[in-house]
Amino acid sequence: MKKIEVITRPFKVDDIKDALTDVGVKGMTVTEVKGFGRQRGHTEVYRGAEYQVDFLPKVKIEVVVEDAITADCLRAIQDAARTGEVGDGKIFVSSVEEVIRIRTGETGDSAI
Amino acid sequence: MNAADTAFVLISAGLVMFMMPGLALFYGGMVRGKNVLGTLMHSMILLGLVSVLWAVVGYSLSFGEDIGGVIGGLNYFGLAGVGQEPLEGMTIPHLAFMIFQCMFAVITPALITGAFAERIKFSGFLIFSALWIICVYSPMCHWVWGGGWMAKMGALDFAGGAVVHMSSGAAALAATFCLGKRKGYGKEPFIPHNLPLTILGAGMLWFGWFGFNAGSALAANGLAASAFAATHMAAAAAALGWIIVEWMHRGKPTTLGMASGAVAGLVAITPAAGFVGVMPAILIGLIAGGLCYGGVLLKHKFGYDDSLDVVGIHGLGGTWGALATGLFASTAVNPAGADGLFYGNPGQFMIQLVSVVATWAFCFIVSYALYKIVDAIVGIRVSPEDETKGLDVSQHSEVGYQI
Repeated sequence: MKKIEVITRPFKVDDIKDALTDVGVKGMTVTEVKGFGRQRGHTEVYRGAEYQVDFLPKVKIEVVVEDAITADCLRAIQDAARTGEVGDGKIFVSSVEEVIRIRTGETGDSAI
Repeated sequence: MNAADTAFVLISAGLVMFMMPGLALFYGGMVRGKNVLGTLMHSMILLGLVSVLWAVVGYSLSFGEDIGGVIGGLNYFGLAGVGQEPLEGMTIPHLAFMIFQCMFAVITPALITGAFAERIKFSGFLIFSALWIICVYSPMCHWVWGGGWMAKMGALDFAGGAVVHMSSGAAALAATFCLGKRKGYGKEPFIPHNLPLTILGAGMLWFGWFGFNAGSALAANGLAASAFAATHMAAAAAALGWIIVEWMHRGKPTTLGMASGAVAGLVAITPAAGFVGVMPAILIGLIAGGLCYGGVLLKHKFGYDDSLDVVGIHGLGGTWGALATGLFASTAVNPAGADGLFYGNPGQFMIQLVSVVATWAFCFIVSYALYKIVDAIVGIRVSPEDETKGLDVSQHSEVGYQI
C-alpha cells in the first residue's frame, strides 16, 4: 500500500478527484494549505506599498491506494494537474505499513 | 423656528452618527485580524465617551460665552440653558445644534485612532481621548465656529477642515512619534485582513458625509444643496484621481485606493463645501486623490508608522481643502463667506494659510504633551507580548473570528 500526497493548484482539485475515481480510488482527503516552491509567492500592493507574500494557497490531496494501482494513480494525477507552468506542485509517494477500517476492524488492502 | 430646517439638521446629525460604524469598518478591515475588535471598539466607544463629555462640558467650552477668543465659558455647563428655543440668529432648536455638533466631536478623535491602531492600550486611549476633547477639540471648535480668534480673523472652514481633519491629522502625527512603530514594522507585512469591510465602511462614510457637510448649512436651503452636490462630486473625482495615480505608479487600480481616494476627496471638500461651486469641487477632489496618494507614501520615506494613514489622508487632505477654500471660495455661492484668490481676493488665501499653520502647530504640540502625560499615568502602549497576541484578546478578552 502506498500513500500519495499531492500538493497542487486549488482549481485542479476537481479534475484530479475525477481522474483518481476513474482509476478506482474510493476515497481521499483534501486540505487547503499554504506554501511556496519555485513559484515563490506574489506581490500585493496596499496604498502604494508593495508587500511580498511568500505563501500561496494550494491544496493537498492525500490518498492511500493498493500497490497494484499506484502507477495508474500517479499517471492520472499528473495528467489532470499539469498546466506546464511553474507552480503545478509535487507528488510524494510513501509506503504505508497498515490500514485499519475502524468500523469493521478489517486491515490491509480490503480496508482501503 | 423653522420646521424644515430642524428636521434637516436632526437627520443630518443622525447621518453623521452613522459615520462612526462606517469609520469603524473602514479602519477595522485594514488592520490584521487579531486587532479587528480593538479597532472597531476605538470608534464605537467614543460615541459613549465623547457624547457624555460633550453634554457635560465640551459643548460649553466650544460654544459658551467667548473668553478672549480662546475658549468658551462654562455658561452651558451640563447643557444649562440649552433647550428647545433657537439660539439668536438660528432657525433650529438649540438642542438640535448641540446634538449635531456632538457628532462632530465624536468622530474627530475617532479619526486619530487609525494612527495608533494595533498597539495602543485601551485605558490610555480612553484617557487620551477625553483629555483631547477638552484640551484640543473644544478650543479648536471655539476658535473656528464658536466665535473665537480664527472666526474673527475671517478663516473659512465650512464643516471642519481645521477643526476635524487637520486637528486629527496633527494628533495622528504626534501619536506616531510618541508611540513608535508597531512591532515587526518593516520586517513583516501589515496586510489588511478584510478589505470588503473597509469598502463598506468607506461607502457608509460617503453617505454620512452628506449630513456632515450639507447639514453644516444648518438649514434646508440652497446652500445645503450646494454643499451636498460639492461633497458628492469631490468624493467622486477623488476616487478617480487616486486610482489614476496608483494605476500609473504601481500598474494596478485597487479597491482600497478607490475607497481611500473617496475619503480623501470628502476630507478635502469639507472646509470648502459651502463656499465653492461644483466645478471647483471636482477639481479639489481630483487633486486630493492624487495628493493624498502621495501623502500616504510619505510615511515610508520618513519612517513613521501611521498605521492607517491618518496624516496622509486627513492631515494632508484637510490642509489642501483649507488652502483650496482660499483659492476657490466665492461669494456667489455663499454671500456669508468670502472670495478666494481666483475670485480676486488673495488676502483670503493668506488667512487660510495662517489658520493651517496655527492649527497644525497647536494640535500637534498639545496632542504630543497629552500622549506623554497619559503615558506617565497609565502607559500608552501595550506590552510586546500583548501586541503579538493582538488587541482583541489582550485588551478585551475576545476574538473577532471563531475559525
